[in-house]
Amino acid sequence: MHPVLKLVVQRIALGLILLLAVSAVIFLGIEALPGDTAQAILGQGATEVSLANLREKLGLNEPAITRYFAWLWAALHGDLGVALTNGIDISTAIGQRFGNTLFLASCAAAIAVPLAIILGLVAARYNGRWPDKLISGITLTTISLPEFVAAYFVIFLLTQVFPIFQPVAMVFPGMTFWERLHAVALPVIVLVMVVLAHMMRMTRAAILNVMQSAYIETAELKGLSPMQVIWKHAFPNAIAPIVSVVILNLAYLVVGVVVVEVVFSYNALGQYLVDHVTKRDLPVVQAVGMIFAAVYIGLNILADVITIIANPRLRHPK
Amino acid sequence: MKLPFSAVLGIFLTSSFLFMAVFAQFLAPYSISDPSGGVWEGPSATHWLGTDTIGRDIFSRLIYGGQITIFVALASSTLAFSLGAFLGFMAAVKGGWVEQVMSRLVDLVMAIPSLIVALVILSVLPLNLTVLILVIGLLDSTRVYRLSRAVAMDIAVMDYVEAAKLRGERQTWIIFREILPNALSPLVAEFGLRFIFAVLFISTLSFLGLGIQPPLTDWGGMVKENKDGLVYGKSAALMPALAIAALAISVNLVADWILSRTSSLKGGRGG
Repeated sequence: MHPVLKLVVQRIALGLILLLAVSAVIFLGIEALPGDTAQAILGQGATEVSLANLREKLGLNEPAITRYFAWLWAALHGDLGVALTNGIDISTAIGQRFGNTLFLASCAAAIAVPLAIILGLVAARYNGRWPDKLISGITLTTISLPEFVAAYFVIFLLTQVFPIFQPVAMVFPGMTFWERLHAVALPVIVLVMVVLAHMMRMTRAAILNVMQSAYIETAELKGLSPMQVIWKHAFPNAIAPIVSVVILNLAYLVVGVVVVEVVFSYNALGQYLVDHVTKRDLPVVQAVGMIFAAVYIGLNILADVITIIANPRLRHPK
Repeated sequence: MKLPFSAVLGIFLTSSFLFMAVFAQFLAPYSISDPSGGVWEGPSATHWLGTDTIGRDIFSRLIYGGQITIFVALASSTLAFSLGAFLGFMAAVKGGWVEQVMSRLVDLVMAIPSLIVALVILSVLPLNLTVLILVIGLLDSTRVYRLSRAVAMDIAVMDYVEAAKLRGERQTWIIFREILPNALSPLVAEFGLRFIFAVLFISTLSFLGLGIQPPLTDWGGMVKENKDGLVYGKSAALMPALAIAALAISVNLVADWILSRTSSLKGGRGG
């Protein structure tokens, strides 16, 4: 077997094991915490009889391990159970919302990724001079802000001071693509702000790292302009770290999305999760938490796999 | 030694925030819960920062809220620190299966975003100060564990640690008397960063309605209460938002300064 293929298979296998362990933590770990699902549904005033009936109905008298494997088996077949609060099938409820979340996140990524790479290149080119200091200063400030704080500054600025946008992002079936784009403009701006800083700083670090190599000095000495050196010699060699940086930050976007969706009342997965945490609807929380964790772990695996494939020393072994 | 301007500014702002948190009861001009003016008044001589959605003085609530935010953040980062650093040192000193088990557990927790873990846990546990501090502290201790383990690994192979082991000192002596003093400077800077993380975390949770519950309030909760006013051009929600940003940035300045000082002392290591 080709060594690269072996590494990739190993990495993916490790990721799948991790995912399984995470599902066990989300299910069994929660079971171990003090708290009773039946009590949570019926409230403090529930009688012993009604509690016992509900436990029977939900299958809570089975041992936790049995319920875990039943849950896992059903989840792998696309059946995530029904919500405790309103009895709606969770898989159906998630379907539409997941699409909305992906739409929001991919719009943000489509803007943030090229912008971060260009800004990172510029900052590396003028390392230590004012464009670098300006870019670094601004990004340091945005890193210190939690997503919702950034969001309200943007809302105030763009709906009150300069009234360009609507403060809520309503999407519903039947909207055209352009209507959707206009509706998500504000949340996208906020998400771009939040991930841009990390992405740009790590791109800059990756390029500066490559810039210390001997072949860069050669390129400089043979008279290439600084931008040519970066573009032709440093950038291709920095692609692997940059790609992994970008993907890691997309994983970060997954979490940012939760808060931003709540700020803009955007009907998607994050909003759905937070709603049901408030209602203490455990099956929904476990299912959505599992999806977020899976996307996060999946992106991390992807970043590792790309780093492995992009390494020419691994691709062409001696 | 000359302090850089950013460090002076950071120290000044951080200590004023701490002062405000400690003496909140004496500083706040109005009560935390009783309306003292009209709804959503602008800033005036009686209400310096205006009033909120039911007419409570924002300046007073900001002071009381800051007390809670800073208290929860300090308590949880102290917990994260003592636990994470102790276990990290222990892993570095003991090695073997103890280290393997702890490190893999930490990997597992860090494989899921903290906010998602916290949301899942808080959907079962009651929402009160103790639970919030424990959840944030435990989640954050995984990051401290990684750092302190890495730092202690470097120190554990030093000759003086070897000497202490040969002298027959106990494990706790080695951890507290040999490793801790030598690992302190990078850890102090890290404490600042963990504190900021805790501030942002508790604010985010409160903003989502899953943190501090009324009648208590914190800055994240205040943003949530007043966010609807923003649509009508009332800037009340921006005040607590600004406070969160100011606290985070000023602690960051101090941590940056400590980090640059300690790393230059060590010839660039630990940065």
